[in-house]
Amino acid sequence: MLREDGQRPALDAIWQLLDTVPDPEVPVISVVELGIVRQLNWQQDRLVVTLTPTYSGCPATQAIADAIHMALWQAGLEQIELQEQLSPPWTTDWISPAGRDKLRAYGIAPPAGSASKRTLLGEEPEVHCPHCGSVHTSVISEFGSTACKALYRCDDCREPFDYFKCI
Amino acid sequence: MTAQLNSACRQALVDYLLHLGDSDTVMSQRLCEWVGHAPALEEEVAMANVGLDLLGQARSWLSYAAELEDQGRDADQLAFLRDEREYRNLLITEQANGNFADTMARQFFFDAWHFHLLTALCQSTDAQVQAIARKGLKEVTYHLRRSTAWIKRLGDGTAVSHQKMQDAIDDIWTYTGEMFTATSTDPLLVEAGIVPASAPLQQQWLGYVQATLQEATLTCPDENAYMQIGGRQGLHTEQLGYLLAEMQFLPRAYPGATW
Repeated sequence: MLREDGQRPALDAIWQLLDTVPDPEVPVISVVELGIVRQLNWQQDRLVVTLTPTYSGCPATQAIADAIHMALWQAGLEQIELQEQLSPPWTTDWISPAGRDKLRAYGIAPPAGSASKRTLLGEEPEVHCPHCGSVHTSVISEFGSTACKALYRCDDCREPFDYFKCI
Repeated sequence: MTAQLNSACRQALVDYLLHLGDSDTVMSQRLCEWVGHAPALEEEVAMANVGLDLLGQARSWLSYAAELEDQGRDADQLAFLRDEREYRNLLITEQANGNFADTMARQFFFDAWHFHLLTALCQSTDAQVQAIARKGLKEVTYHLRRSTAWIKRLGDGTAVSHQKMQDAIDDIWTYTGEMFTATSTDPLLVEAGIVPASAPLQQQWLGYVQATLQEATLTCPDENAYMQIGGRQGLHTEQLGYLLAEMQFLPRAYPGATW
């Protein structure tokens, strides 16, 4: 419980709590590591959590909001307001270094390069195989198991893998 | 922001937002019709995912339209409880899927329009329009990259794929001019800096389309050919009624249904 004495818990403690809430699609990474919790604020006794969606049509958006709400409620916070913020738009650059390591360990290649370099219309990024580390990889499909991923294959170890698209 | 709009401008913006939201909704519905029918599983997943992105963007546009019109409706009610004549989508989005080349020709022309329009809307003087455009542009850039690749791959492929791609382009071409026709109230929005003028947009679109088709060894149809218009006035082709009948069946048969 964050709140036993009726006092407002420190925002740092709430950030730590939210760092334990997993992304529903990629449960090894938390919603904080994914970069979708943008801000925490107190408005008097009400906690305002500002979230930004990864993709406009991400079906997990509501599940994420519900999971965050539940985690805060279970920690004893009752007055919670979730707000959606579109601008500035989420980018894969906001996935933390720890989050990238966890993705790789889970078998998902983290985004390569920086979204700000407009790699979208340019040449193919260099994607490392999360299993053997090889750079000899090729794209099977530009869309994978979820909207945020593409499907790749390692030409050395022959394993297919998901690649977290760089946007 | 919205407080600064006078009522004429506000109504014009609602109409424009419906145009964007409806075009995304109908395009999304068409793409998702491929699920279970696509030539390869990867392409099926890709089309469903593009459709999902467009559905998310449609929700953003329609939510903002609902907020501005202030009649107690939400995005779902706008999508599911308006009839054909109230829909403001581009005619190209409602055209049937046809074969895979037909779908990719339609998608390519739509994506190229969408990309250049959203790029311009990133500079909109309306903060919410700008925010939705900036979010959507990242996704649409990816869509355009994919449909452009398919145009080149099929156009510069075998004799059969080339012919099918050329036929598809020629067939859908008559629906492309509508993307750059303005309604009587659009000038209000252009003057306010909320949306871009259509003439420069058309030049950007045409430049991109011509360059891509040339690289794909395809012939670009005549830009001055007769064009079908009417979507923004609610005058649709016969295709839309069937699409809406399927899409809207559940919420109309079971009003307020949830699960």
